[in-house]
Amino acid sequence: MTQMIEAVMVLLVLTNLLLLGTSRLATCIRTVAIQGVALGTLPVLGHAHELSLRLVLLAVGSASLKGVVFPFLLFRAMREADVRHEIEPFVGYTASILIGIGSLAVSVWASSRITLPGPAVSSLVLPAALFTILVGLFVIVSRRKALMQVIGYLAMENGIYAFGVVLVGEIPMLVELGVLLDVFVAVLVMGIAIYHIRREYDHIDVDELDALKG
Amino acid sequence: MTLLLAGLFVVLAGGFLSLFPRSSGLLGAGGAVAGCLMGLVPAFAVLAGGSPPSLRLPWAVPGGSFHVEIDALSAFFLVPILALSALGAVYGVAYLQAWRGRKAIGLAWLAYNTLVASMILVTIARNVVLFLVAWEMMALASFFLVVFEHEREASREAGWTYLVATHLGTAFLLAFFLMLGRESGSFEFDRLHPPSQAGLFFVLALVGFGTKAGFMPLHVWLPDAHPAAPSHVSALMSGVMIKTGVYGLVRALTFLGPLPAWWGWTLLVVGLTSGLLGVLFALAQHDLKRLLAYHSVENIGIIAMGLGLGLLGLHYGNPVLAVLGFAGALLHVVNHAIFKGLLFLGAGAVIHATQTREMDELGGLMKRMPLTGATFLIGAAAISGLPPLNGFVSEFLIYLGAYRGATSAGAPVAVPSIAAIAGLALIGGLAAACFAKACGVVFLGEPRGAHASGAHEAPRAMGIPMLVLAVACVAIGLLGPLLMRTLAPVLIQVTALPPADVVTSIDEAARPLRFIAGGAGGFLVLAALLALARAVLLSRRPIHESVTWDCGYARPTPRMQYTSSSFAQPLTDLFGLVLRTKRRASAPRGYFPGEAAFASETPDVWRETLWRRLFAGATWGFSKFAWLQQGRVHLYILYIALTLVALLIWGLR
Repeated sequence: MTQMIEAVMVLLVLTNLLLLGTSRLATCIRTVAIQGVALGTLPVLGHAHELSLRLVLLAVGSASLKGVVFPFLLFRAMREADVRHEIEPFVGYTASILIGIGSLAVSVWASSRITLPGPAVSSLVLPAALFTILVGLFVIVSRRKALMQVIGYLAMENGIYAFGVVLVGEIPMLVELGVLLDVFVAVLVMGIAIYHIRREYDHIDVDELDALKG
Repeated sequence: MTLLLAGLFVVLAGGFLSLFPRSSGLLGAGGAVAGCLMGLVPAFAVLAGGSPPSLRLPWAVPGGSFHVEIDALSAFFLVPILALSALGAVYGVAYLQAWRGRKAIGLAWLAYNTLVASMILVTIARNVVLFLVAWEMMALASFFLVVFEHEREASREAGWTYLVATHLGTAFLLAFFLMLGRESGSFEFDRLHPPSQAGLFFVLALVGFGTKAGFMPLHVWLPDAHPAAPSHVSALMSGVMIKTGVYGLVRALTFLGPLPAWWGWTLLVVGLTSGLLGVLFALAQHDLKRLLAYHSVENIGIIAMGLGLGLLGLHYGNPVLAVLGFAGALLHVVNHAIFKGLLFLGAGAVIHATQTREMDELGGLMKRMPLTGATFLIGAAAISGLPPLNGFVSEFLIYLGAYRGATSAGAPVAVPSIAAIAGLALIGGLAAACFAKACGVVFLGEPRGAHASGAHEAPRAMGIPMLVLAVACVAIGLLGPLLMRTLAPVLIQVTALPPADVVTSIDEAARPLRFIAGGAGGFLVLAALLALARAVLLSRRPIHESVTWDCGYARPTPRMQYTSSSFAQPLTDLFGLVLRTKRRASAPRGYFPGEAAFASETPDVWRETLWRRLFAGATWGFSKFAWLQQGRVHLYILYIALTLVALLIWGLR
């Protein structure tokens, strides 16, 4: 089972780099969806010897939400806003990947210093989770299109999820459902907001929305 | 306990139900009245000597628990809160009618009922988190009531001042409670124990609670917020909401253990400053509600003086001074709630009838509004501390304690006692002058403007609460000596003195009060007999009515009367150094003078000097960080991300 979990973690790291290196929004949406589905299997993989209905439900729920519902909403927002590419990001793609590798190094270093409350399933989990959180934050900061911000937010949530499920294991179902619901609402609201921004201003470039500056 | 919590629920439910259209606020007011009456039962039961009921339920918030208790101190503050809230609600139904159709009355009732419920919760909360949540609820609910007439610039500004002031106060309270909780290892009130740096905690509590109570120079929000709010809300805010600050301070003193002398001195000096400056600024006002608001500052000052004397008495082991100081302060809390509530309701009736708060537009209202005039007069006499009304009883207790302190002990007690006596006497005299002015200008003479000449008596729903409060003023004044014993449980709790000492001190004070009340009662009976005799003698004779203001002029006009500023001018000139009244006058010139004009304005000296400079400095300082605000979401998230990563690296270093 550890091998499976490590495989998922490697997948997570690779997809993160893909997220940093691509300009096609569709690819980004799919990447995050793949991350979500892969992570959705984690509760089952992590506790395979004591499989319960609760865990299975959690896995199925989160995988279907992240793998089906979110991509659907995001693709729809993309169609409505008529945007396909992230043109001219604040940080270029090559530089993004370099920064990504730098933050991977930071994550690995930080993971070696963090003491965990319990035994980790695999030594790869912590760096991969931290790395995903950092990449999510970086995508939010460095991309221009509002849609990419949502994607960054989802990537960050994936990182937090990985962190929680594998390390703590026993996250109360209610908390997990609450988080999922939060993300769901956030994605929905952002989808609507993007649609309205687009209708109002004819673009979804976040950097031009600074009229509220004091 | 169950009854009070049920009352709390009824109050809140009434507030939410009044949101439904067509409820016309009756549900909100009804909920407030019913809930408050339910709550009065356990409060009185505890004051009568019942064991304090309590309830502790778990709460998911870290450090929090739903722990409530009605001990003697809570019950003592609960009674005026509940009573005045119920009366204010009755009054509010009629008062808010004027805005019917123009404003969302339901929202006002939601805010009113939330304010009532949060005040109840503040007094019974026994957990830091619960207390602070209730405290903030109270601040927000009252803020929404202050900005009730938000279409007026002055209301918005008053609300803003209030919001800033109350949050600054809460910041100090947050520091106070969090540090105290951390040192004690628990956020339950009964587990908080005296900290090592008690002086620091005292200052934090004094500033935090003092902002709500209105100690000078933290009072700046009062003279703005009270006039801006609807009158029944002013009555509630000035009558009882600011007293939660006093409650908090007294409660905080019970956490802080042995009391150094300088705490008493500080409170005494703060009280003297607030009392004197409060009444002086009141004297210089010509907005009726602003005048009353400054009198709240004055009365809070008297309460603080009582508390200061009490603390000094405790420190120097003088039980009589301690007991009478605290007794006077606590009784004044109740009394001020009654007469200030009455005065604000009266002012509201005047505004309701005349649409103006400007005293120089009013006059001659006694004939047009006899009930309002009579009850206002009783309230004015009570706030000036005249026997046989309730204001006298509490001030007399402080006087008596101070005289005992001045005569029976050494210099450390005698000096503050004498200062308190002198201060109280000066405050009392000035307050009497101020209310002679307020009553005289508003109710006597002839109307100074069209507003006042068309005035009408207040509707019954507004009259009855005023009547009840006026009766309470007289009743506490006359029955004061008999009610003194009910103070004993509170005083035993607050002073932590042996019960026997407390009871003997109270009985000692009750003796002269009995004579005074008896004498005053006899005087009242005599006055009633004389009035009866006059009525009998006049009954068979014709009675002529004539103008009030004649003065031998050929053509008297109402403009020849004293105005509010001219009446107060001798006194305001005397204290011109502090008041800094701004006058603009163009004097009449020549043998056949044409136009002349005079205007005076007395802005708050603390606001103009201390606070304006402080906030200007803060604005200048913060403007240095304006470059951080780029208006771009990316950058803000970058700030957050960088901070997080830096903290992570720093933490794992």
